[in-house]
Amino acid sequence: MELFVFVCATAMIIVGALGVVLRKHPVHAALSLVLTLFGIAVLFVAQHAEFLAAVQVIVYAGAIVVLFLFVIMLLGVDQVENLKTEPLAGQRWVAGLVGVCLLGLLGAAIYTGADSVISRGEGIASNVAGDNPDANIQQLASSIFSDYVMAFEVTSILLVVAVVGTVLLSRRRTAGKS
Amino acid sequence: MFAIDPMLNGELLWTPLVIVLLKVLAVFVTGLVATMLMVWFERKVISGMQNRIGPNKAGPFGLLQTLADGIKLFFKEDLIPERSDRFVFKLAPFLSFVPAFLSFAIIPLGGDFRDGNNGMVTWFGHTTRVQLADPPVGVLFALAISAIAVYGIMLAGWSSGSKYPLLGSVRASAQMVSYEAALGLSLGTVFLVTGTLSTSGIVAAQSSIGNWNVVATGVVPFVIFLIAATAELNRPPFDLVEAEQELVGGFNTEYSSIRFALFYLAEFMNTVTMSALIVTLFFGGPQPISFGGIVLDIPLVPNGLEGTIWLFAKVLVFLYIYVWLRATLPRFRYDQLMDLGWKVLIPASLGWFMLIAAQRLGRDQGWNTFVVTGVSVAVLGASYALLQAAFKVSAKQREAEGSMF
Repeated sequence: MELFVFVCATAMIIVGALGVVLRKHPVHAALSLVLTLFGIAVLFVAQHAEFLAAVQVIVYAGAIVVLFLFVIMLLGVDQVENLKTEPLAGQRWVAGLVGVCLLGLLGAAIYTGADSVISRGEGIASNVAGDNPDANIQQLASSIFSDYVMAFEVTSILLVVAVVGTVLLSRRRTAGKS
Repeated sequence: MFAIDPMLNGELLWTPLVIVLLKVLAVFVTGLVATMLMVWFERKVISGMQNRIGPNKAGPFGLLQTLADGIKLFFKEDLIPERSDRFVFKLAPFLSFVPAFLSFAIIPLGGDFRDGNNGMVTWFGHTTRVQLADPPVGVLFALAISAIAVYGIMLAGWSSGSKYPLLGSVRASAQMVSYEAALGLSLGTVFLVTGTLSTSGIVAAQSSIGNWNVVATGVVPFVIFLIAATAELNRPPFDLVEAEQELVGGFNTEYSSIRFALFYLAEFMNTVTMSALIVTLFFGGPQPISFGGIVLDIPLVPNGLEGTIWLFAKVLVFLYIYVWLRATLPRFRYDQLMDLGWKVLIPASLGWFMLIAAQRLGRDQGWNTFVVTGVSVAVLGASYALLQAAFKVSAKQREAEGSMF
């Protein structure tokens, strides 16, 4: 059963990922991205990380890709792109090289770390039997707000900085006009 | 894998599987029938409020009017505009219809939650809940589903290849993403008070009127949730997505026949589901009305079944409120809509959440209640003043720069 779910979810992820790269239409590519994100959410559920799955769907599929689509629709760039011209010279070669490097790194990481990979969920003592349905969220909350509280707060500062920067950048043009 | 239903733990047997399949069927049929009756109810109540008669020809009191309309839509010609994106155009109605039914699955539709019972019932020797699924993330599932429902409306407008539907769908995406934040933040207070995410746990925690979340969280989160839910449903006064006077018919202008019917069905189904969710979260779901130890018990009906009756009665109140709102309030202007969402609802829900959190912490640590309340009110007041100052500065700057467009 677990294998079946894994195969289905992985097929979803791969088909979606290929669609993001290969579909010529930006809206179709964005929809393929949604398929990928859903597949990842299914994998999270299969690993008893229900909270992560819900957040994955709410934040990534429900907000971020919606905003992608919003921008695509608002700016009217929903035409098929001309793929002949490269915006940056030699972009494709570099992208290919980086891709191969990334693949090599991942492969090396898996090869060297194969022994230390825990195949059954022992990282967090998960409550599989379902005695307490909130166990997953409670464990997540206690590690975020005690062990990793510093990293958590720093991340939120980073997000605030990004928001303020975006507002500043988007308003400067109108300020220069007057 | 199957933590969603306690029945499916352990060995997979035939009887539990049949019960689950029956539950799926029951939820689906209930959804369809409820939607059909909701359309009739809305038309009848609104016509009453406007001094008209309303549907009265098909069936007794016009009850079968929706069925007649549905059959008519089935036999109409299905048009696909020439400039549309065919695949997405066909996909969009389902993206809107399927989520509408999915979120109905987590609502506890009955069961005995009285005297510390956990709402379990025994059917054919198997204990189960009168709800299709009880996932550990509970209400977050409903939020995730309502996040997905945006796609149906967005893609419908975009794929039509026409101007007015596109305007409708751009409005829809901005509106629904904005109000989802307020929706989620107001839920935070409910989770804080009940200490669980699962819908059955939330219902079980609301045993008497004093424990109903509408009282226990202070009325503010409920009001915010009701407003944000109305906006999320695109119902009046937040129906800018399908503003007839401005956008012809909004996002579904180019749709006809059964595809249009699916959008229509999804809209009313969402209204029913959202009312049921409000009742579950804030008004005790299938719990009977009880106050100070006195329980309003319906005689001769077993407690498990009585839950369903109570849920139905409570949901009916909210359905009436939605119709009432539609008959009473004029539509918001677009900038008013965004102002309400971002400048009022989100700060208010965040502030209230912090206030309740401070109260809970103070109680757990044994701090003086008055000091905690005083300090939190002072902090909230200072935050409010800062926010107002920020609004004032931004308004002044905008005036100095002149209009953006």
